Amino acid sequence: MSLSSISRRNLFRVSALAGGGLMLQLNMPLTALAEDSGTLVQSKELNVYVQIDTDGQITIYSSIPEMGQGIKTTLPMIIAEEMGARWEDVVVLDAPLDAGRYGLQGAGGSTSVPRNIDTMRRMGASAREMLIGAASLLMEVEREDLDARESKVIHSSGESMTFGQLAAVAVRQPVPDPEMLSFKDPRSYTIIGTSIGGVDNLVIVSGQSQFGIDVDVPGMKFATYARCPRIGGRATAFNAAEIKAQPGVTDAFILQPDARAGKASMGFLDGLADLRGGVAIVGDDTWSVLAAREKLQVTWDESGASQDSWEQMVEQAKRIAAQGGGEVRLDSASVAPAFAQADNRVLEAFYQFPYVAHVCMEPMNATAHFKQGDAGIPDTMEIWLGSQFPGQVKEIANNMFGIAPENVTVHAKRMGGGFGRRAVHDFAAEAMAISHRIGVPVKLTWTRPDDIHNDFFRVGGFEQMKAAIDSDGKLAAWDQHYIGFSKQGKPVIGSGLRGNEFSMVALDNARVTQSMMDIATPCGAWRAPGSNTNAFVEQGFIHELAVLAERDHLEFLLELMGEPRWLSEGDVNALNTGRAIDVIKLAAEKAGWGKTLPAGTGLGLAFYFCHAAHVAEVAQVSVDADRNYRVEKVTVAVDVGPIVNHSGAMSQVQGSVIDGLSTMAGQQITMENGEIQQDNFDQYPVMRIAATPQIDVHFIESDNPSTGLGEPALPPLAPAVTNAIYAATGVRIRSMPLSELGFKLV
Amino acid sequence: MVNTIDARHHPCLGRLPGRPDAFLLLLAWFDSGSMLKRLLLRRSILIPGMGGVASMNKFVLMVNGEKVEVQAQPEMPLLWVLRDKLKLTGSKYGCGIAQCGACTVHVNGSPMRSCVLPVSAVSGPVTTIEGLAEGGELHPLQNAWIQHDVAQCGYCQAGQIMSAAALLAKNKNPDDDDIDQAMAGNYCRCGTYIRVRKAIHTAAAYYDADTSSTKVTGAGQ
Repeated sequence: MSLSSISRRNLFRVSALAGGGLMLQLNMPLTALAEDSGTLVQSKELNVYVQIDTDGQITIYSSIPEMGQGIKTTLPMIIAEEMGARWEDVVVLDAPLDAGRYGLQGAGGSTSVPRNIDTMRRMGASAREMLIGAASLLMEVEREDLDARESKVIHSSGESMTFGQLAAVAVRQPVPDPEMLSFKDPRSYTIIGTSIGGVDNLVIVSGQSQFGIDVDVPGMKFATYARCPRIGGRATAFNAAEIKAQPGVTDAFILQPDARAGKASMGFLDGLADLRGGVAIVGDDTWSVLAAREKLQVTWDESGASQDSWEQMVEQAKRIAAQGGGEVRLDSASVAPAFAQADNRVLEAFYQFPYVAHVCMEPMNATAHFKQGDAGIPDTMEIWLGSQFPGQVKEIANNMFGIAPENVTVHAKRMGGGFGRRAVHDFAAEAMAISHRIGVPVKLTWTRPDDIHNDFFRVGGFEQMKAAIDSDGKLAAWDQHYIGFSKQGKPVIGSGLRGNEFSMVALDNARVTQSMMDIATPCGAWRAPGSNTNAFVEQGFIHELAVLAERDHLEFLLELMGEPRWLSEGDVNALNTGRAIDVIKLAAEKAGWGKTLPAGTGLGLAFYFCHAAHVAEVAQVSVDADRNYRVEKVTVAVDVGPIVNHSGAMSQVQGSVIDGLSTMAGQQITMENGEIQQDNFDQYPVMRIAATPQIDVHFIESDNPSTGLGEPALPPLAPAVTNAIYAATGVRIRSMPLSELGFKLV
Repeated sequence: MVNTIDARHHPCLGRLPGRPDAFLLLLAWFDSGSMLKRLLLRRSILIPGMGGVASMNKFVLMVNGEKVEVQAQPEMPLLWVLRDKLKLTGSKYGCGIAQCGACTVHVNGSPMRSCVLPVSAVSGPVTTIEGLAEGGELHPLQNAWIQHDVAQCGYCQAGQIMSAAALLAKNKNPDDDDIDQAMAGNYCRCGTYIRVRKAIHTAAAYYDADTSSTKVTGAGQ
């Protein structure tokens, strides 16, 4: 099915809805729906995902937070497919937060598809079997002669009943044994493998979608929160009388740092997000509190504040690189002799990548409502926010205020971007603390400078690379020294080499070491953590070696992959060099590798494996004498197994390429004496439309399990572009962002 | 006191030479930030009250065809009047310095960054994303946006569509360069730019079909 046929169908739906006005009934409370709708199945597992009304409307609940990755469309497609539903009959609603019914309701690590696909298929197949059971009873025919498709159960004679007609009886059918379920032949799929638009598209384009920042609670106040510019400082005094006298301001007060906010049961989040000390200003609207904040004068106690300095970090890293050493992660006996051998050519290179911020388009925000209990009535907290792991918010309320999880209600809203930032809930802790203090609902909206200054950054880092090429032009030794960052001795998220890096698992002549410098600057997950920086170093350096060896880069890279083999059979998180070779060859072929290009234009190749995905990219870049560069085209070859939603998959690949380009072109967070030096988009630019390259995407839908695509197309972009710049100009790029080197993306 | 347009309340009156209202309007209109940047560098918010006691004034605005009265400080940007006072939350806050375009609305049919446009400087009828559809029919751009599945997170999309609508109002057959120019003020952090371009072409083709009946709409992927 092509997108255009889907589109026509969508247009029809939209027109029909538009005729009745743009106000949609998508905000109907779930409780009302649960009461009104017949529950399809008695299975606790199944009825939480699927409901069918007697009028034929099929409601599918989406339990995973949506941040633009398209999961709210993708997972329901799988259920609808196995049920035999017509997509036009499906309405998708957000499931309430309920770990008991839905398990982990979280989004991160490109895991939502692989983690949920089997459950979704079972939910759909189970519903189908119950509908067929109902039809068998009502039509008095054998089950074997019945099939479900187009929202109907159809008998081999051609007679049929609609799902709506069957719903009431289907509810009373026994829940099939999961072991006995059969699944559709993929060749008969009509929904999976097509292009389906996002289920919230209509509300988005009509301005009706509700992000966290749009929440309106009766009696709600508005708040801003000023934290110490130096991370870790606390407020001791401020001009309270003046601030409280500002128009539209109703209250202002100091909040003390609170480490209880940072406790988290999910290990990677634990200790990350303590409540920071600062001054809250509360008022009647956002503007009033922001205007008052301009007049705020705070005395900060900076005795415990961060002293981090990016310039000092760079100097220290260079010293460490020169000294060598570090924790040995891998050491092959063949490395030292290879470097000592006289006729081997040796190359050394120091690579560097900066801290970067998430800058989700929707700045961090949360609306909280604390209600103090009374004799026999417990305290309660209600909170509305965009979150990648909304269940964590219950823990924070419990840790900070002792409110039992069952007395915390979390309304997870669509996120205006996540990219890892909304895995951390410091902003929720702030909103809850403010509401706890004033006892009324309050919406806390961060300004863009708040959002940048108080991010959990993609960690910067350095790698000292060294390799030897033998007289046959082959890689004889690889020595990689990663110099990253730790907090109290423990590497921060994204710093250091993962155990399954190419260099660590696929080379038999490698030495890998790691050194860490302790910092106070908070770091967190940022789209493809670790991979998004290491890909640049590893794939850039491999190209350097190909040049040194006077070999074709494509041929050299394929040689490094060696024989097609799965490094750990059956483990999707292990590199499969066969799949790697396939995507590398495909990207190269589609990009016209080896073709003649005008002077100043070059092709650059990179491959990276992460998040169970094999992705190769070829960038075609032209560069003028003033270092203005244009990425004309990026050719991408991806193997993540069969694609569920081609439109969503295409979006993720295009978005990852553009995100990667935007980041490498001009984004850098620096800090001086613990203070973040970038405030807003004028100093931290996001790429604009004119620089958008042509992006040519090819999916190899190999016979492997479907895996996620939110992150893995990003890491290969940067090295593909820098390798292309080398091909075009002979200038080797070993540090990011390119704007610091005088290169300007046009 | 009722103000519809009153430059005397302009918060930058004491700071800017010449005609401050026109100057700021120019900045808000299609400015990608260079002037504002110099003016407002390192400010967390834009245009704070400039001395004196800020007072609440009554403003009468025409928003999406409806006359509305709001009580606000004159320097309150239109964005916050729309979002907090009128509960029209389709226009988004993204930066507060006219860099990202998430707040784009039409004033007198021109695209304006409502995050830097004081309510006192609003010089004509305002259209927001909520008012773009007419008579229950989606704007061709809204249909095209759905057809091409443009949105990822969706947060910037209202601003994108409002900028595109202003372009198509002037130019029914834009090429990629026209589009890039008209959309230069709108960030998309998710990177939907390719589909933004496609959707604008599709919507333009719809206009073309509407007048000549020779061109088929819906370019598809």
